[in-house]
Amino acid sequence: MPDSSISLLVNGASVSVSPGTTVAAAILISGSSTRVSVTGEPRAPLCGMGICFECRATINGFARRRSCQVLCEPGMDVRTP
Amino acid sequence: MKERFDILVIGAGPAGIAAAVRAAESGARVGLLDDNPAPGGQIWRKGAALPASARSWIAKLDASPVVRLHGWHVFGHPCSGVLMAESTAAAEREAAELHYDKLVLATGARERFLPFPGWTLPNVMGAGGLDAMVRGGLPIGGKRVVVAGTGPLLLAVAAHLAHRGAEVVAICEQAPVGRLAAFSLRLLAQPGKVMQGIQYRWAARAAHFHTGCWPVAANGRGNLESVTLQRGNERWDVACDYLACGYHLVPNLELPVLLGCRIQSGFVTVDKWQQTSIPGVLCAGEPTGIGGVELALLEGQIAGLAAAGRADAAVGLVQKRSRSQSFVHALEKAFELDPRLRAIPSANTVVCRCEDVPFHALGAYGSSRDAKLHTRCGMGPCQGRICGAATAFLFGWGGDSVRPPILTASFSSLAAASAPAASLASNNISNQNRKDTDTL
Repeated sequence: MPDSSISLLVNGASVSVSPGTTVAAAILISGSSTRVSVTGEPRAPLCGMGICFECRATINGFARRRSCQVLCEPGMDVRTP
Repeated sequence: MKERFDILVIGAGPAGIAAAVRAAESGARVGLLDDNPAPGGQIWRKGAALPASARSWIAKLDASPVVRLHGWHVFGHPCSGVLMAESTAAAEREAAELHYDKLVLATGARERFLPFPGWTLPNVMGAGGLDAMVRGGLPIGGKRVVVAGTGPLLLAVAAHLAHRGAEVVAICEQAPVGRLAAFSLRLLAQPGKVMQGIQYRWAARAAHFHTGCWPVAANGRGNLESVTLQRGNERWDVACDYLACGYHLVPNLELPVLLGCRIQSGFVTVDKWQQTSIPGVLCAGEPTGIGGVELALLEGQIAGLAAAGRADAAVGLVQKRSRSQSFVHALEKAFELDPRLRAIPSANTVVCRCEDVPFHALGAYGSSRDAKLHTRCGMGPCQGRICGAATAFLFGWGGDSVRPPILTASFSSLAAASAPAASLASNNISNQNRKDTDTL
């Protein structure tokens, strides 16, 4: 791991990523899916550009942030269903 | 946050960057707004070495006095000359009231997604979608990837993923080989593009390249495990970790439509100076026609100069643009969708991903609006950005009307939008706002 890696929490588990990593990527790296659909299907990012809303996650207490457009910061607390 | 600009540019892809740089050169106070954390839009995303022209334009932008508003999305247009935006950054949910004399819309394009059984499985993404995720830190080394759909994006994505260590096992282009050959011949007039195509193909040379071929199912329990491909009467399964599937691009028209710009054949109508049907509103890049980076840079420069009252300096660019515009038609023709793609969804295939509306629920309706009111198709947070292009192709529906907020916004932002200071005099906003873009 490079010295400048960033540590954040995804659903309570610590994940280390390189700077410039999006929260959506960190969620997938941690092995979670980003959301659960209306009928209970696990979903993950589709468009990668902030349009599909599949990547919604709660970041530092703010719900439904499009995580593909948010960069990981040290100590971030990310939660998904 | 309140800001006033002479010229406000929406979208920091190639067209927006070019418009902002040229507009600022004339001395105008220019703002550049984009929902992503860094400039470059979709095509100039970091995560791999940017091409020289990208580095050059971004350097020009960095050296200019353009006020940078990264991490904001526009949600409303409460009155003439004002846009409302909300921050996309995690740390705050601030609203911005942005006043402008001239507006340049460079909102770019998004991928067209066509539904097929299993397309909602995790690890099924767009072609640009997987590429963007990888540039955003998703590890792809050693992963098996199928790239599918249509358009020049497929080869570029396959090349980049291969460069990052992915095993690109197949590239499936729905266009038939004859049409691709005709397209390649037309490209001979633009040797730079031919070279680029050859370089991309070479980078992903281990991949099987199939034409007249498309995915009919994504299979797996929980995660993607394999893709079923069809070519003519043949069907076969390919084991893979990711499917990168997108059917070319459609323009992001929500903001032009909200502003009342005339749309013709699915694109914003502009005159030779990139001026739309709404005075003071210009449009550049993919929303005027899907034509790629070079055309976007030309249109952006023309729009920036015209907005700044320097159309005289854009005459040479206008000439260059007319030569590039034939590429728009060439792309449309080459990558036209095969009608057999309409037969891929099964009855239970989800069409509207936000509201889980299946294919069988939609056939009874004759319009997007009817379908939305009866089934909630298009009523979710993406506001039909994903399912709209699909239903247009599957059923021939046009889009429903666009109403604000054009992206989800918090109540506090909507409240701020309801009472903009329409009579805000420009001398109330001090030039201190010109500095310290980090605080935005």
